[in-house]
Amino acid sequence: MDIGTFRGILTGILLVAFLGLVAWAYSSRRKREFEQAANLPFADDDEQPNRDRMAEQQADSRKDRGEKNT
Amino acid sequence: MSTAFEHPTYNYKVVRQFSIMTVVWGIVGMALGVILAAQLVWPELNLGLPWTSFGRLRPLHTNAVIFAFGGSALFATSYYVVQRTCQVRLISDKLAAFTFWGYQAVILCAVATLPLGLTEVKEYAELEWPIDILLAVVWVSYAIVFLGTVKIRKTSHIYVANWFFAAFILTVAVLHIVNSAAIPVTATYSISLYSGAIDAMVQWWYGHNAVGFFLTAGFLGMMYYFVPKQAERPVYSYRLSIVHFWALIMVYMWAGPHHLHYTALPNWAQSLGMVMSIILLAPSWGGMINGMMTLSGAWHKLRTDPTLRFLVVALSFYGMSTFEGPMMAVKTVNALSHYTDWTIGHVHAGALGWVAMITIGSMYHLIPRLFGQSEMYSVKLVAVHFWLATIGTVLYIAAMWVNGILQGLMWRAINADGTLMYTFVETVEASGPGYIVRLIGGLFWVTGMLIMAVNVAMTVKGSAKSGAPLPQTA
Repeated sequence: MDIGTFRGILTGILLVAFLGLVAWAYSSRRKREFEQAANLPFADDDEQPNRDRMAEQQADSRKDRGEKNT
Repeated sequence: MSTAFEHPTYNYKVVRQFSIMTVVWGIVGMALGVILAAQLVWPELNLGLPWTSFGRLRPLHTNAVIFAFGGSALFATSYYVVQRTCQVRLISDKLAAFTFWGYQAVILCAVATLPLGLTEVKEYAELEWPIDILLAVVWVSYAIVFLGTVKIRKTSHIYVANWFFAAFILTVAVLHIVNSAAIPVTATYSISLYSGAIDAMVQWWYGHNAVGFFLTAGFLGMMYYFVPKQAERPVYSYRLSIVHFWALIMVYMWAGPHHLHYTALPNWAQSLGMVMSIILLAPSWGGMINGMMTLSGAWHKLRTDPTLRFLVVALSFYGMSTFEGPMMAVKTVNALSHYTDWTIGHVHAGALGWVAMITIGSMYHLIPRLFGQSEMYSVKLVAVHFWLATIGTVLYIAAMWVNGILQGLMWRAINADGTLMYTFVETVEASGPGYIVRLIGGLFWVTGMLIMAVNVAMTVKGSAKSGAPLPQTA
């Protein structure tokens, strides 16, 4: 097998691997696991509340105003 | 720094050290940039000395902003994010401290050697071989600290930001070691192990992946943690982030040849580099959209939160420069843009608009938390900094677009008899106004960074005064 054929096959394998990855990532079985993972930045909340949250606790009206922008 | 705000679990000391140095090196690197911009307007500013000439200060500027400013920011955020998302302390405090002092030593060596003209003459890899070896040792230690911490994590999943940080650390280790391979002649002089077109290709395989992994993957790691944190909602699509990661790292590796269009590099390699660069648009925009959409339902926060504004505008500039890049990699476009100021403009759209803005946004989130505060000393000053940075970037890149296209068109203009219509010095003269606008843009940036320094100093001072300890975890 010459080097060109080998590289062609390798490119094909990588393409198939990538499509497999996309199928794996978007399969509905991964949904809950990924939701958990996506929330990892919020998992250890030992921080001081930031300004937004403090403001939200003080006045709920702010949230209502915000909803219009969504 | 007092130990009053020491975190019960995490090593915040090394994060604090790197964060402060990020601000310091940001000011140094950008001030050097302003000096260079002024030298292009008034060449006498090189003072007639070899040490302050453009050719020697320019690599000092690039090393200072990319590796000192950007690098310190990457160390700070990766150490912070890996601890918080793995819920475990860094695997070794001593090794982490070694990476801080070692890395700062490398930067000081660069500050000492580059103005002396000691260089391997490889762009973004100028440092001579003894410094290269020190950097390699520091970098391998960094990989051990980061990956070791991921290994002992208390969470089952490795958060996506850590994937990006890990890819950045591992790839930069490989790039640095391969590209810096050289035969030492004396302590301050070495010759590259590669020659001719191979040397050029190795250099730009390194150079473009320095962009792809140092300036992109690492800062995307920052994006995937700090954008959700500041917007207070999880990333828009975790699935997309996984596809984004693998697509980006698979494609970036092959884009280097677009730096060598119309050179001695074989034509097929140039065309391949062009095609891979165009494909790169897809993962880049996938990541940009993922970051932007994280704000859906939280757009109103932009009105009151200048830190979030930094992060979102960074993503906008990322989207813009990752569109511009593939376009400039097209050979016919490159025929006009290469060697002109357009390239410099493109680099700074990425470096100021994306890298610096995402870094500054992350620092404004990070620094109060590291010093036991709920927010920066002055949120108003953050807003002022935001506008200075945004206007500065726009002035910079607009000036370079005008200059670049002007130069490209003047260089290629020919008379009916086939002779060149303009001499080179005429194109330099025509570039003058653009250089002044660029200098003003740079001054906006340095002013913004100085305001940041004041704000950071006051935040640190405030925390030392109140001495409030961080809340304890249960």
